[in-house]
Amino acid sequence: MQKIAFRGREFQCEEKETVLDVLVRNDIPIPHSCRSGVCHSCLVKAVKGRPSIASQAGLKETLAHQKYFLACQCIPENFIEVAIADESVNHFVDATVISKKKLSEAITRVRIKTDEVIDYKAGQFLNIKGIKEQIRSYSIASIPSDDFIEFHIQRMQEGVVSTWLSDQIEVGEHLKVSEPVGECFYLGDNKDQSLLLIGTGSGLAPLYGIVSDALQQGHSGEIYLYHGGRTLETIYYRDKLQALAQQHPNFTYTACISDGSIIENTKPGRASQIALTEHPALKNWKVFVCGNPSMVNDTKKAAFLAGASLKDIFSDAFVPAS
Amino acid sequence: MSETLYEKLGGDAAVNAAVDIFYRKVLADDRINSFFEGIDMDKQAAKQKAFLTMAFGGPHNYTGKDMRDGHAHLVKKGLNDTHFDAVMENLGATLKELNVPDDLIAQAAAIAESTRNDVLGR
Repeated sequence: MQKIAFRGREFQCEEKETVLDVLVRNDIPIPHSCRSGVCHSCLVKAVKGRPSIASQAGLKETLAHQKYFLACQCIPENFIEVAIADESVNHFVDATVISKKKLSEAITRVRIKTDEVIDYKAGQFLNIKGIKEQIRSYSIASIPSDDFIEFHIQRMQEGVVSTWLSDQIEVGEHLKVSEPVGECFYLGDNKDQSLLLIGTGSGLAPLYGIVSDALQQGHSGEIYLYHGGRTLETIYYRDKLQALAQQHPNFTYTACISDGSIIENTKPGRASQIALTEHPALKNWKVFVCGNPSMVNDTKKAAFLAGASLKDIFSDAFVPAS
Repeated sequence: MSETLYEKLGGDAAVNAAVDIFYRKVLADDRINSFFEGIDMDKQAAKQKAFLTMAFGGPHNYTGKDMRDGHAHLVKKGLNDTHFDAVMENLGATLKELNVPDDLIAQAAAIAESTRNDVLGR
């Protein structure tokens, strides 16, 4: 019989016992409900070892990729070290700020170098532990082959961490970052598939990472990126993205400005509306939506109604911390 | 032991295939989609999956009380038999689209139908 480990303790599995059975038998409080692989409340992560195929059925590919699995569906086939879904991302790594640059009135680019290598996918986010031990999530805009990790910090009014990162922290200073989190990233499982990416504000950060990653991995399908903001000033990284579009014929970049102004090389209106008007049939597409929470929810719904499958819709809603 | 309805329909894989079709029909149906305004897509999709799993005779832990409590706020907004009928129609059309034989559609419909009074708070 196999063994499993949890919080530094090892447990022996009995015949046909699932990971959930073993943990419950040993009085480990672990959330669970249906025990049938339906409710997903016993979602856990394999920090070591490989979860069974059955235990990942029905999970989003990105979760399965990160070795998340359903404890109630996993009869271990090898040694597995189990962590509660959130707990495995609680580890913090030391990092140093290596550059800072203002991208727009509200957004500052911060690049860091971590003391340990962080194994992330472009588009995921890290939790930054800031001043006064406050924790905030920031999407990664770089790709793993870059020798830095890049964030686009949106300065929030009275935001403790965002004002610290925007105004106070200096190059050479230290901060702590978590393991990568999130399911909004490029999988590379179907390189011919068309991709539609829609973002507002600093929602561009994960999308920029995803586009860079897809192009680096040789994605051959069409890639459409729509970045929206109220004024031209808020549409940062235009030059970079226009240059990228010149280099890659399958990549199209559209800047969308919603305050009504008509400006060369941009389109007037909301990014999500322009994107969905230009691409009304999304069957077999992958769709990525990041930024303002209500825009994200509305756009996911619209993309789904336009034919995108639920498993092909990835999102990151930037919910302000309270 | 004979196959259960859930197994005959294809189990979890069939539910996953059905969720996309069913939920799209529901959201596109003007008779009922106002009840889904502003809802969180992912949470709602998980609920649709749980509902379909139940209708397919699969493992679920819905009770009559859950159905009542879960829909009480919609009953206040006017949820009635015509809306329930619309959902039933979308369920049938989904299964037809997946080429499920008529006798199995009837069985799934009967399970869904059995929740009517709880859903409508009667």
